Parts: sequence; structure tokens; C-alpha cells
Amino acid sequence: MATDFMEFQAARLPANIPSRRLRVDRVQWLQTAKALRESKARFLTFWGADDRDRDGGFRIYAAYLLPDTVMVVEHFIEDSPAPSYPSIAGFYPAALRMQRSVYDLLGISTDETDSRGWLRHGGWPETLFPLRRDVDGSRQYPIASGPYPFVPVEGDGVHEIAVGPVHAGTIEPGHFRFSVVGEKVLRLEERLGYTHKGVAKLFENTSQQNGHRLAARVSGDSAVAFSWAYCAALESITETVCPARAILLRALALEHERLANHLGDLGALGNDGGFAFGLTQFSRLKEDLLRANTVAFGARYLMDYVVPGGVAFDLPADARCRLLDLYDALEPSVNQMRSIYDEHAGLQDRFREAGRLEQSTAEKLGAIGLAGRASGIACDLRVDHPWTPYDSLVPKLIVRSGGDVAARVQVRFDEILESLRLCRALLSGPPIETIHTSVPVAAPDLLGIGLIEGWRGPVMIALETGPNGGIRRCHAHDPSWQNWPSIEYAILGNIVPDFPLINKSFNLSYSGQDG
Amino acid sequence: MFNTISRMLHTGLLTEPLPAPDQTAPTLATRQKELLKILGRALCIRHVDAGSCNGCELEIQALNNPYYNLEGAGMKFVASPRHADLLLVTGPVSVNMEEALKRTYDAMPDPKLVVAVGDCGACGGFFGTTYASRGGVARIIPVNLTIMGCPPSPAAILDGILRSVRPTETEDLKGTVSQ
Ligand code: SF4
Repeated sequence: MATDFMEFQAARLPANIPSRRLRVDRVQWLQTAKALRESKARFLTFWGADDRDRDGGFRIYAAYLLPDTVMVVEHFIEDSPAPSYPSIAGFYPAALRMQRSVYDLLGISTDETDSRGWLRHGGWPETLFPLRRDVDGSRQYPIASGPYPFVPVEGDGVHEIAVGPVHAGTIEPGHFRFSVVGEKVLRLEERLGYTHKGVAKLFENTSQQNGHRLAARVSGDSAVAFSWAYCAALESITETVCPARAILLRALALEHERLANHLGDLGALGNDGGFAFGLTQFSRLKEDLLRANTVAFGARYLMDYVVPGGVAFDLPADARCRLLDLYDALEPSVNQMRSIYDEHAGLQDRFREAGRLEQSTAEKLGAIGLAGRASGIACDLRVDHPWTPYDSLVPKLIVRSGGDVAARVQVRFDEILESLRLCRALLSGPPIETIHTSVPVAAPDLLGIGLIEGWRGPVMIALETGPNGGIRRCHAHDPSWQNWPSIEYAILGNIVPDFPLINKSFNLSYSGQDG
Repeated sequence: MFNTISRMLHTGLLTEPLPAPDQTAPTLATRQKELLKILGRALCIRHVDAGSCNGCELEIQALNNPYYNLEGAGMKFVASPRHADLLLVTGPVSVNMEEALKRTYDAMPDPKLVVAVGDCGACGGFFGTTYASRGGVARIIPVNLTIMGCPPSPAAILDGILRSVRPTETEDLKGTVSQ
């Protein structure tokens, strides 16, 4: 078989879950993508790096999730006036936007016909590729925005509605172009990239010991997941073993992040469904949790809690009781709110059948994480690839097959209850002992990955070390990348006024995908 | 329905007093009166995310929860800059949002206030000034007041909004804020 090389050439790759690295040539790049698609491997992320200073070319990497391992496939591209590689979007459509971004940042292109910029909106020159090593990332350029041709929809009575980038609420910016007949949506095309902040370039000027802080700010609502993924990558490279207690506290923080976001979303979904009472109640429960975070972790949002080698703050002696009280108060409240939601005819009318993402579509698009699980995609890293401490916690896999707003609501309810169980179990772990160990400086040119199931889905960091404790390249991936295209399908046939509700039911990160 | 009503009764009134940065801080009633005197009505706030990591948004959203009860204090979020007295800006200004931020600011009627939220809004925070980020909000539009923090707590944001409305406080800050 043409892909036999995959079996024996893959080398072990430092990571928190079993991972392998496979170097392939141009032909094999496509063959592996095809073979992996056929074996139902899930696509995790795609990134590129400028290695011309080291060995005269560029590298691209694609990471896939197999039942027993993560496979990082690497392909070297010789430098030339127009470096290119074959697109894998035919097998994994989610790669399309990532490939466009890699062109915007590195100037290496594919054979795809869509050459519109994704991250570059005219804020820097077309011929400048900021992630190349010979480009000074601190320079500023005047804006020269050109047209961005959306795919037109023609026909009797079809018109377009343009929404964004600034939206009517406290949410992140992005542009949505609806083609509608009357109120019915025939097509939605997203345009993102508005919050691109050059995170990848910033990492190159960040030390290994400080990278977790930048990682936490890739998407603030997933700060624990990102900073943990970063630390997991660095600790795997340096073979650092974190104290057991630090690992438990990280998991506790991660579950609190899941709880906070799910509570917030359930409130917002009630509100968007015309039931403001839901927002009042859930925003109150979320606030209770955030205030408990201040006691337990030293902050409401845990931007700097997970640090290389452990955590920054030990659970104070009285926090354990406070947290257990909080869980005891939260659980019946959530159960009561669930029955209120379930019995509210008006709300259910808005939730059911709205924004349906069929399982087959979700499979094709590569939807992942919470949104995937609501469409029957049974994938949760905590369950399928448990890293410590999830291996001993054995979280329950939560899957629904409905694929509509109602299913995404139910997944959130179920996950809250399961997270509360995990939190209680985590609090019964070892008592006060050390929460931090020192992490040695990693040698240059080592690659490691960290993969954490955040509340939205798998968050991944691919870290390549540089000399003198620096970072050569760090790629941060938010699962929103895979799931944004799903919304374009979920909205089809729905009415425009339902878009905020449907969009909220996915609640994807703009900042996380824009980078 | 029974469940809903029972939950309402059980929850009771959660709203807390407004933040008191110093001993002489006015009470909720005087704040409301003050706002009414200056504006003649509720303070209308428009939020724009100019490129944040979304952390600051979460704390702004928290202002609407029953503990802070923003609307009870005479302030509300509005959907259009044309209805707004105050622009709350989060994030460093990404180059991709620069134009949209300027247009939002221009769409607001005079007189208008701008409050930059978070370390990013104040000075660019972790993202600084790069090919993709213009840095703090004051580099793009005039800013009356900045609220530091990453992210700042809802109490700090509420306090900043209230201070920005008092003419004396923003005048004091003008010189120090714009870079
Ligand atoms: S100040 Fe902090 S929380 Fe706010 S946008 Fe910046 S990084 Fe995010």
C-alpha cells in the first residue's frame, strides 16, 4: 500500500497525549491526507514555518487525531520565488481557511483557486509576509483595503444583508454576508480575521518561560485550556514532571472554565430565545462561580494561573469547603433551570429544529468539540485520549444527535453536571504539598505539542524551541477554526432573525481563530 | 410556570451597592441623580471590540448580571453608536479593526465619551504595536479614561464608567491618557 511508510517512519513526538511525527514528500503529503481521511482520522490543525535560515525552505505541518495517537505530518518545501504545496482541503475542507492564512503570513500557496486573503485585510502590503524571519514584525503599515468579493447568489428576489464587523452587542467582531429571499437564508458567507493580532509573530519574541501568558490570551474565554496546552508542550519537550497536586488544580481550573462558559451560554441562549429570566438566573450563577474563583485561584479569569511546571496559586485552606458549598448550590439550581427551560414551550419552539447541523455534514466539515458532540460526533479528548489526571477521573462522554440549538443546549446542561462531578472528585485529591517545580531551559529546535479539551473543543499548541530559552515558532490552534464553517451550513433554510440564537449556540471564538 | 415563580422568589434581590472607590463616594441614588443632571436621562453605552482576546467582553457582559445591575444604576447598552453617549472600547486596536473603530466613533453624536477597557485598550497590553496591532485605543481615537486590568473586574469597569461621566475626572486624565 502506498501509505505503508506511515507505519514505520513515524517517530515519537513529545506531547501530553501519545503523538507521532511523520516527515513526508510532496506526493506523500496528499497520500497521507487521503489515507487518514479514509481511516476516519479527525483533522486537528495546520500550520507553517519559515526555515529558510536553517535549511533553505519552509515547512508545513498538519495534525490529525487517530483513535490511539496524534499524527503530525510534516512536509518540507524548497525555497523558490513561488513556494507551494498541494491543498488537502479536498479531504479536509476545514483546512481551506488555514491554508489561506498560511499564505497571508508566510507566502506559501496551494493549488486552490480561492486566493482571497483571510487574515490580511489590507493592513500590510500584499508582498509582505509577516511570519517570514526576515520581516520586522514591529513595523506598521498604512491600510490599503481592497475589495473582498463574496460569492454572489442570483435569482428572483434574492438580496444580500451585510452584518458586521461591529455587531449590536458585547461580542467580538466578524462579518456575515447573508443572501436571503424574504427572511429565509439561502447562503451565508463568513469573513473573519478582524481581530488578528499577530500572535504567532509575537511568540518569536517571547521566552519559553513566558509563552503561557501569551497563549492564555489567544482566546480569553479559554485561557486555562491554552495556557495548559502551552505548558504541556514545554513540559513534554523538557521531560518535566509536574507535581501531582498542580495537575489536579489545573484540571479543576479547566473544569471551572467549562462551567463558567456553559453557564454564561445557557443564560445568553435563554435571552436570545426571548426568555430574559434565563439570562438573569444563569448570569447570577456564573457570577457566583467567578467569585469563588477569586477565593480558590486568586482571580476571576485565570489568565496567569497555569504556569510552566505547575500552577501559580495553591488552593487556600478554606477554599475547599467554599467550593464544595458552591457545587452543592449550583447543582440543584442548574437542574431546576433545566426543567424550566425544558417545559417552556416558547423557548423550546425557538430551540428545536433551529440551526440544525446534520451528523453527516458535521463529519464532512470536520466539526469538533462541543458543537460536534451535539451533532453526534463522539469525540472528547478527556475521554478518548485522557492525559493525567483525566485517566483516573474517567469523564463521561456526552453526545447528542439532534444537531440543533436544542441539542447544543442539552450538551451544555449535561456537561455542567459532569464537570461538577469531576470538580468534586478533584477536590478529594492529595492534600497541600508542592504546586510547582522548575522547568529547565529547553535545547533549541525541539518540537512538542500540547493538546487540551477546552470547553469549546480541542485546543492545541505546537511549540518549537529556539536558542537561549527562546521560542522559534509557536502555533496556537482554537477549535473554532473547524467549527466556523459549520455555522454557514447550520443557518441554511433558517430565518435571519434566528441567526443570533444559532450563532450563540455554537459560541465560537473570533479571537481564537484570528490569532 | 410554578418552577419559574418559585425560583424568582427564592433568588430574591441580589443587586449590590455600586463600587465605592473612596469614603466620600456617592450612593446609588446620588449617582443616578448625577447622571440625570449631566445627561438628563440614562447613560447610553456602545461597546466595540477593537481586537480583544474576548476576556474583557466577558467582564463587560457581567455588568448586566443581577449583582451589578447596570440598568438599575441608570446606564444601558445600546445597539447603535448613533444612540450612544459613551463608547466602551476593548482590545488593542487591530489593524483590521482600525477603520471600523473610527467609523463607529464618527457615527456617535457629540458630545461623546470614550473609555478604553483593559491593559490592551490602555496601551496594547501583550499585543503591543506590531504589523497587526496599532496598540492602545488612544492612538486611533481620543480617549477620556482608561481602565486597567487583564481583564478588569466588573466593579472596576463600572467605577470607570461612572468616573468618566463626571467632567472634572475626565479633564484631569486627558493629558495623561492620550499617548
Ligand atoms: S486586557 Fe487582557 S482580557 Fe482584556 S483584551 Fe487584553 S488580553 Fe484580553
